[in-house]
Amino acid sequence: MKLLIANGHLIDPDAQENTGMSVLIEDSKVAAWIKPNEQPPTDCEVFDASGLLVAPGFIDMHVHLREPGQEHKETIASGCAAAVAGGWTSVCPMPNTDPVNDNAAITRYMIEQAEHAGLANVFPIGAITKSSDGAELAEMGEMKAAGAVAVSDDGRPVPNAGIMLRAMQYAKDFDLPVIDHCEDKSLSSGGVMHEGRISLLLGLKGMPALAEDIDAVRDILLAAETGAHVHIAHVSTKGAVDAVRRAKEQGLNVTCEVTPHHFTLTDERVEGYDTNFKMAPPLRSREHLDAVIEGIRDGTIDAIATDHAPHHHDEKALEFDRAPFGVTGLETALGLAFNELVHRGVIGLERLVEMCSANPARIFGLKGRGTLRPGSAADLTIIDPELEWTYTNADSRSRSKNSPFSGWKFRGRAVATVVDGRVVFKI
Amino acid sequence: MEKPFRRRDLLGIRNISASEIIGILDTAENFREVNTREIKKVPALRGKTVINLFFENSTRTRTSFEIAAKRLSADAVNISVSSSSVAKGETLVDTALNLDAMDPDCIVVRHGSAGVPHQLANVSRAAIINAGDGANEHPTQALLDAMTIREHKGSIEGLEVAIVGDILHSRVARSNIHLLTKLGAKVRVAGPGTLVPGGFSHFVEKGMTVVPHIEDAIRGADVVMILRIQRERQDSAYFPTLREYSIHYGLTNERLELAKTDAIVLHPGPMNRGIEIASEVADSSRSLILDQVKYGVAVRMAVLYLATGGSASH
Repeated sequence: MKLLIANGHLIDPDAQENTGMSVLIEDSKVAAWIKPNEQPPTDCEVFDASGLLVAPGFIDMHVHLREPGQEHKETIASGCAAAVAGGWTSVCPMPNTDPVNDNAAITRYMIEQAEHAGLANVFPIGAITKSSDGAELAEMGEMKAAGAVAVSDDGRPVPNAGIMLRAMQYAKDFDLPVIDHCEDKSLSSGGVMHEGRISLLLGLKGMPALAEDIDAVRDILLAAETGAHVHIAHVSTKGAVDAVRRAKEQGLNVTCEVTPHHFTLTDERVEGYDTNFKMAPPLRSREHLDAVIEGIRDGTIDAIATDHAPHHHDEKALEFDRAPFGVTGLETALGLAFNELVHRGVIGLERLVEMCSANPARIFGLKGRGTLRPGSAADLTIIDPELEWTYTNADSRSRSKNSPFSGWKFRGRAVATVVDGRVVFKI
Repeated sequence: MEKPFRRRDLLGIRNISASEIIGILDTAENFREVNTREIKKVPALRGKTVINLFFENSTRTRTSFEIAAKRLSADAVNISVSSSSVAKGETLVDTALNLDAMDPDCIVVRHGSAGVPHQLANVSRAAIINAGDGANEHPTQALLDAMTIREHKGSIEGLEVAIVGDILHSRVARSNIHLLTKLGAKVRVAGPGTLVPGGFSHFVEKGMTVVPHIEDAIRGADVVMILRIQRERQDSAYFPTLREYSIHYGLTNERLELAKTDAIVLHPGPMNRGIEIASEVADSSRSLILDQVKYGVAVRMAVLYLATGGSASH
């Protein structure tokens, strides 16, 4: 079975290509690139990509798919449906399922459920410690063998520096990046939004930027000590961005990601106490958002990841301080990246594609992904950069509707998503 | 959601203007007279339904709202919910929608979580009045404080007001800071650094300063407002002991000497005697704590009247 993605504009930062090119797919692999002046084969299905951008499939390094255990919020199938509708061909679910993904059986289960769904690829992230309790190391080697691509205790970050040190020493043996949600809970416990003028005005308990900064600096010191690859999840503070920048200057193996809501929104949105603006890390003040934008511009920040965190309406329809943290993000990420980054001139298209494909693939060591070189997996994100559209929660494929961006207008979106050579989404 | 009839919420002082504040205070002045009559009832809210929805314990405020509603001839219903909606297994929004379906004209809400009145206002057709939400605001307390100050000082503009104690957890402090600075007072706040974090220096654009010591706040003040130490609201130790707090931050006669000779003392109650305020101060003629409670009824009558469609006095 052959599929020709014809007459599109190919951007493949890993292969350093940015040119008009057709891409021939055979079975689940990229078979060849066909230049505009070359004769394409005729024995194949054709997808007309004229006027469209053709990119290596986008990889979301940070999602919550809630399965197993919280299927009323999301399933792997519904999460993957939302992913491909947002242009993501692969998603990497965090281990805070119930039970926690701290062993190979659960890792395998997640991958199997994704195969049944037949939409996006799922590359699970295993736990650092058993049950993410922060005490004993989880079986990282077994999880890696089952398909895990990194380890993290995400929202329950390892508080004990000694255990984190050992986790890094151990993960390094298996080439597993250690992802940390940087939050020193002795500083942020009980907080529900960014600590600053707005939290004081609203009478809500704050989560200081300091809580993120201290943990990021600790992890970077541990990375220097161990030589492990540390990936800082969803950076949101000036201090964390600065710490990663310094670490990179020192040549340490430190990378980081940013979420669309952190490069778009500030803590002023919490006015009105809408729980769809409650997430961890919290929306920060303008100076932090500006620092995050600068980190995107200068390359300190490697990747865009959604931290897609579905919660059921009943769980979010609570008092602000009692509602769970998290917002959905798979379907709005690309629109936000266009609106806030590309159209405003922060980054160009090539860098956008790099942050969503080549860099995540490199960070997680996903061989044959993040590029469309012949022989690579036929995962493609096909984008109309000029398409104007409106996102509404009612139209979301996710089981949960807790996006703060319902009703937002965007220019630019994925119009088709190809996974393993199959068109799994098309508008 | 469509709002089928004209209504006015009172969610906080922060989002209302100086002239609206004065409108409420002037209306309250008119209602004060009703409370001195032998027959303490006017028909202003006859046929209107007021629900007092209290998710947090309260004696003073709930009783004050209930008396205010009854003196205006409204039908007042009190609902005390000892626990949050989570413990009941019903979401906050469902609770609001169920009450709203009974067509009340006004819902007075007190809740331990900041923002609940705002959340209810988004889904409810009834006017929402904030009777205290977490550490956010307690607008009727600030209004009754203002009424007390006006009664004794004539006007608020230009007054020097000290607010002392646990600013961080205090909705009374927040509403008072907004109200007093909007009406042109000079506000000085002081307390332990743990309860008056540095960020408060940018809390409002003008009219308020954070000063390091309680004495700096009180010196030369026309009004000294003492906040309650809310032992129940503090999730960890913000100061070592109550003993130490009372020694360093309590309002004693000695400290009050620093204020103007005709300075008045306010406290939102309930008082922790001997902790934030010495009994000798609380029981002195400068203390207007019971006046505050008295004016609370008139202020709440005014707020209920205006929220359900009445026009402000001028």
